[in-house]
Amino acid sequence: MRYFWIDKLQSLLQTLAFCLGAAAIQYAFQPDRSYEIPLGYSLAIGGSTWALIDFGRHLVAPNSEHGWPVGIRAVLFPLVAICLGFVIGMTVADAWFGWSSWASSSLRSLMLSGLMSLMIGTVVTYYFHSKGKSAHLEQKVAEAKHLAAESRLKLLETQLEPHMLFNTLANLRVLIALDPQRAQDMLDRMVAYLRATLSASRASNHALSLEFDRLRDYLELMTVRMGPRLHYALDLPADLADQNVPALLLQPLVENSIKHGLEPKVDGGTITVRARRAANNMLSLEVTDTGVGFDTTGASSSGFGLAQVHERLAAAYENLGRVEQTSTPGQGATTLLYLPLSSPQKA
Amino acid sequence: MTTTIPTALIAEDEHLLAQSLQAELARAWPALKVVATLGDGASAIRQALALQPDVLFFDIRMPGMSGLDAATELAEQWPTTGPGARPFPQLVFVTAYDQYAVQAFEAQAMDYLLKPVQTARLQKTIEKLQLALAKPAQAAIDFEATLGQLRGLLASPTASAAATPAPPLTVIQASVGTGIRMVPVADVLCFEAADKYVRVLTAEREYLIRTPLKELQEQIDTTVFWQIHRGTIVRALAIDAVTRDEAGKVTLTLRDLKEKFVVSRLYAHLFKAM
Repeated sequence: MRYFWIDKLQSLLQTLAFCLGAAAIQYAFQPDRSYEIPLGYSLAIGGSTWALIDFGRHLVAPNSEHGWPVGIRAVLFPLVAICLGFVIGMTVADAWFGWSSWASSSLRSLMLSGLMSLMIGTVVTYYFHSKGKSAHLEQKVAEAKHLAAESRLKLLETQLEPHMLFNTLANLRVLIALDPQRAQDMLDRMVAYLRATLSASRASNHALSLEFDRLRDYLELMTVRMGPRLHYALDLPADLADQNVPALLLQPLVENSIKHGLEPKVDGGTITVRARRAANNMLSLEVTDTGVGFDTTGASSSGFGLAQVHERLAAAYENLGRVEQTSTPGQGATTLLYLPLSSPQKA
Repeated sequence: MTTTIPTALIAEDEHLLAQSLQAELARAWPALKVVATLGDGASAIRQALALQPDVLFFDIRMPGMSGLDAATELAEQWPTTGPGARPFPQLVFVTAYDQYAVQAFEAQAMDYLLKPVQTARLQKTIEKLQLALAKPAQAAIDFEATLGQLRGLLASPTASAAATPAPPLTVIQASVGTGIRMVPVADVLCFEAADKYVRVLTAEREYLIRTPLKELQEQIDTTVFWQIHRGTIVRALAIDAVTRDEAGKVTLTLRDLKEKFVVSRLYAHLFKAM
């Protein structure tokens, strides 16, 4: 609210400065008249026009994002307000000087002052209008930048889940002494996993076979940690290996299955990732686990991971991709993705 | 202490890490005998009660039941009086990464180890443990202190609660049949966890809601509602009588309700005569 009034005061002062300028020009054309006359009329017309426009615009366009009317109203509103401001300003100034311009002035001089106030009014309104719009755009850009940075950070945080990272390192430390060959293998997989996660080409696509390789790296790392509590199966038919998919699309789903499905379960379970050719030239990708499952009636339990998959599908395929999630508490969960085949002709 | 050989129990769901902690302990504290290694909270409680070790190493994130919940449950069931009485074990929590847990441990002066466990850091913990085990006379005071620490850890905010503090609750929306009943919090005498639901008890009747107790707790005034058990929160002003039996078990009754409520050991300190 305070900013509202500071903003209004600022525009009023600027308007008054414009009025002083306009009065000075008028005086220059008619130096025989007292400076007080153009000054009085200019201030009165400018002030009332400012009040009508600067407050009126909130009434005319209460929901406009940048505070100004749009479309045909953007032209009509200032025109009406300027004409009205001219009439009110003339009347006020007349009262001040104690005469009536309407009765005494010639039609020509009245029209001249009206035209002048219309011109000045249009220029000043245009100035305020574009100023308000650019301030609004600047704010929007800053907000968007902030949002983008925040979501990038959040994405990285989920992928490099510190709990997973430190537990894997702890296991690695043990294996170095116990089984150096296995430690080396685990380290290689970890390097591949980290490289894929941190890779700058996150937005790009890769072959489905590569996607499955990264899943295998991750699941192997988790197998070292969880031992017999984790079993997994990756099923990729050879004719789908070359399909193009957004990189690491399935990663958050497999992570969800581990984190929300198998980790809470004492006996652990199995994760299956399956690629299939579906009807209508679609590719179906299925992630199934036999974990604790979740109540589908409640709030979404897998939160950010699933939202991220939705977003990436929408970005890559607009409304052609789709996600289905089902679960039975105690029996596990299934997530099915459908996306267009990248080379549908290939049988 | 009745035995001269100190014993320990390890609860850790990752097999390799349990094995490694045991090996590190064997190197740094050869006298210590690890009597059991378990992979989940529930079996850890069972074995701890059966074997009664001197030291417990509990991983925080375990399947089924967290290390903190397991330790709390164990404190609840530990025999402190009678012929089977033994001092409560020294407790050390182990975690890979959990900034909220670590903050809470620091605040409660609770000993903890970070994975991967560093030899020098383990040495410090061992020295502390040896010092504590050498003073068995302090057992009763130590147990009270441990209860206080566990209470503090349970009350510390979780990651989600710290991120978005919930506004105070004034009305409970409970589904009754096909409709919703608006139950003013001012009418509620007791919240009690029951399976997947929470029972909301008023003087007139009982409602079932799905909101977890932990979540409710963050939205009600804890000076008005007291937690008396892991699964029970009661209106303090509605408490009628509190009784303690010979075994030290505390129960209470609420005005307008016939039911008896068990007060956990963790919260028994709330009820002492003035």
